[in-house]
Amino acid sequence: MNEETLIGLFLSVIEFGTLLYLAALGELIAEKSGVLNLGVEGMMAMGGVAAFWVGVETGNPWLALLVAIMVGALFASIHGLVAVVLGADQVVSGLALTILGVGVSAFLGKDYVSQAPGARFEALNLGPLNDIPWIGEFIFGQSIIPWLALALGIITWFVLTRTRIGLVLRAVGESASAADSAGSPVVLTRLIAVAIGGALAGMSGAYLTMSLAPGWSEGTTAGRGWIALALVIFGAWKPGRVGVGALLFGGLLALEPRLQTFGVEISPILLSMLPYVLTIAAMIALSIRSRNRPSAAPAALGSTYRREER
Amino acid sequence: MDNQTPAAELVDIWKRFPGVIANAGANLMVRPGSVHAVLGENGAGKTTLMNVLAGVYQPDEGTVSLAGQQMSFTKPAQAIKAGVVMVHQEFRLIPTFTVAENVALAGSPSIIAKRSIEDSVAELADRFGLATDPSREVWRLSMGERQRVEILKALWQDAKVLILDEPTAVLTPSEATELGRVVTAMANDGRAIIFISHKLDEVTEFCDEATVLRGGATVASSLPVEELDAARLAELMVGEATEVSVRRTRTSPVAEPVLEVRNAAVRDLHGIATVADVSLTVGKGEIVGIAGVAGNGQRPLADAIAGLESLESGTISLGGSSIEGATPKARNAAGLAYVPEDRLGVGLAPRLNVVENAMMRSYRSMTKGPFIDRSATQTMCEDLAAEYKVKVGKFDAPIGALSGGNLQRLLVGRELADDPKVLVAAQPTRGLDVQGVAAIQQIIVEQSQAGLGVLLISEDLEELLALSDRLLVMHEGEIVAEFDPDTTSRAEVGAAMAGAH
Repeated sequence: MNEETLIGLFLSVIEFGTLLYLAALGELIAEKSGVLNLGVEGMMAMGGVAAFWVGVETGNPWLALLVAIMVGALFASIHGLVAVVLGADQVVSGLALTILGVGVSAFLGKDYVSQAPGARFEALNLGPLNDIPWIGEFIFGQSIIPWLALALGIITWFVLTRTRIGLVLRAVGESASAADSAGSPVVLTRLIAVAIGGALAGMSGAYLTMSLAPGWSEGTTAGRGWIALALVIFGAWKPGRVGVGALLFGGLLALEPRLQTFGVEISPILLSMLPYVLTIAAMIALSIRSRNRPSAAPAALGSTYRREER
Repeated sequence: MDNQTPAAELVDIWKRFPGVIANAGANLMVRPGSVHAVLGENGAGKTTLMNVLAGVYQPDEGTVSLAGQQMSFTKPAQAIKAGVVMVHQEFRLIPTFTVAENVALAGSPSIIAKRSIEDSVAELADRFGLATDPSREVWRLSMGERQRVEILKALWQDAKVLILDEPTAVLTPSEATELGRVVTAMANDGRAIIFISHKLDEVTEFCDEATVLRGGATVASSLPVEELDAARLAELMVGEATEVSVRRTRTSPVAEPVLEVRNAAVRDLHGIATVADVSLTVGKGEIVGIAGVAGNGQRPLADAIAGLESLESGTISLGGSSIEGATPKARNAAGLAYVPEDRLGVGLAPRLNVVENAMMRSYRSMTKGPFIDRSATQTMCEDLAAEYKVKVGKFDAPIGALSGGNLQRLLVGRELADDPKVLVAAQPTRGLDVQGVAAIQQIIVEQSQAGLGVLLISEDLEELLALSDRLLVMHEGEIVAEFDPDTTSRAEVGAAMAGAH
């Protein structure tokens, strides 16, 4: 293999890593507040179709991104309403969101299938940085979105660990009754966390249809939302570890179509299973580690909070 | 300080719940800088009254004032803001957070500098003698330390009125003494402390004044504790001086062991040893009592005997045959009956109806082909209710609607229905009213006279001293002492419970 294919691979690793990281970061925020949202795939699809549509109609990538973020947040808020406010089962509601999102996006996007994208984020021009061999191409040759994802990861880490808002959010996800008795608004915090989760999933979808694989077709998310969900567990609900995992899982996604070129005789289907195998391995490792201590998962994850009535 | 405005005053509080009047004209007046005991039996309305003061409930009638200002709280956050903080019996701490994070949750700036919060928490803790490490995670702490964190949270919120709901229930005697010092330090700082209890010795030791509730109303308010003694307090709490405990004549030394536990050890889910090398024997017709502060391994021991928890090592035999590997069902068949501590949840299924709960042990013998014979189970349940005097409104209503005493009579009746050899009863009278306690104690005594071996686990020392033939004490998962109830004293058993040798 030559230098060019390797650089192409690394470029693709970061692209897929970004795609997964944005969605997983959103899910991490929602799960840290105690809400499991299995609708990532659907939220990504909705964000993807919205961004593509706005891009084609206006040609403005920033507007397309903004609309995708808003659509993702609004779509996620359906889950917020059903599972957090009304207290329905989070698993059922999240699955419904995935099925709904994939279906609705296919319907809304049917006129845009195989159209050329109207807007995209170009590779940044960083002057001399672009001239550095290797990394000048695959790191500094990226568009703005991977940098945004990195910044969002750092902001998320800071907010979760160093601010009052983050403390309240984690408290709500660990023990809603403890947070409630300390005067923290449980339902509002969870609603906002779910909406932010949707916003980031929408952003991830927009990156997919505008940059990573420009274009729209039904099923374009191709299960990456599920990988993002697995990634949150793999990264033990920590923004940094989820970032490392995103590069690892992104690497697997990037390798998949290239195996043949590299002359490796492994079925790509086996490779596409690897993220889940790694996640199961990570879960086993986590539960062995938590034999003598509380689990890494937020303790209230998946449970509805109702204030106790007599 | 006698002439000051009361820190908190509750006047003529009424609070009704469907079917229950929890407070019927209750009064309470607490002076700043004093420790005020609120006493009463279970169900006397103490907790409801405190919830009214803390803004959890709104009273139907009556007024709440703080420092002379009339208040009407609609939620706890308002009461906290006004300076009323309650430390509940079940701690509201987040186990994975550090002490400082738990305290900061009660109030902090927008950006949290870890070191400076930890320093301020340590400083506050030092001021009131609350030894604690702010950077430790709460799950690593003992119950006593967790309670200190709850008190720290209240002080962090600058509580002027601090309500402690039965704070010593989870503490060892030395931790309780420690708590007494902290409470005094807080009162000296000008704060009012409300100390809910039903233990007279604590009240006379820590408190300045006492208010006694009975049947939702105040029967004595702001009595100086010097005027209280056990007889007077019992009279105030119960109404009239009554002999509450059932007495029994003890059996002579037992010949035939029915339950033998040898070197039993149990670890919990996290691998922590909860029962360590416990050996005990219960003879035919004998009642063996187990005393101990809550959480010293009594529950895992009982669960291990019943087969709900597996033994790490050791043996258990019932009537001579080994059962340590057997399923709970096989143990039942071999003659074991279990009345678990958590009667509604482990013992009974709250949402199933009365008949379904009653037939849980015996439904296999009441079938018509593959189906359950409904009329047979109905008859069985009615007979059971009649025999054990269970007041049942509707047999097809969820059992959770029955009162505590009725639930327990039904559960005990069900467990004793097929003449077991051994009964393991964990906290069988906890939370029951006076008649309920007497009824359960009566059943246990009668059955033991008929040959049943009983392992009685209780936190009520009076009950253990009155009923047991032998009294064992558990501390940190081990049996640390054995006493003859006729010759020992409360103080002697109490010292063993605290781990003194």
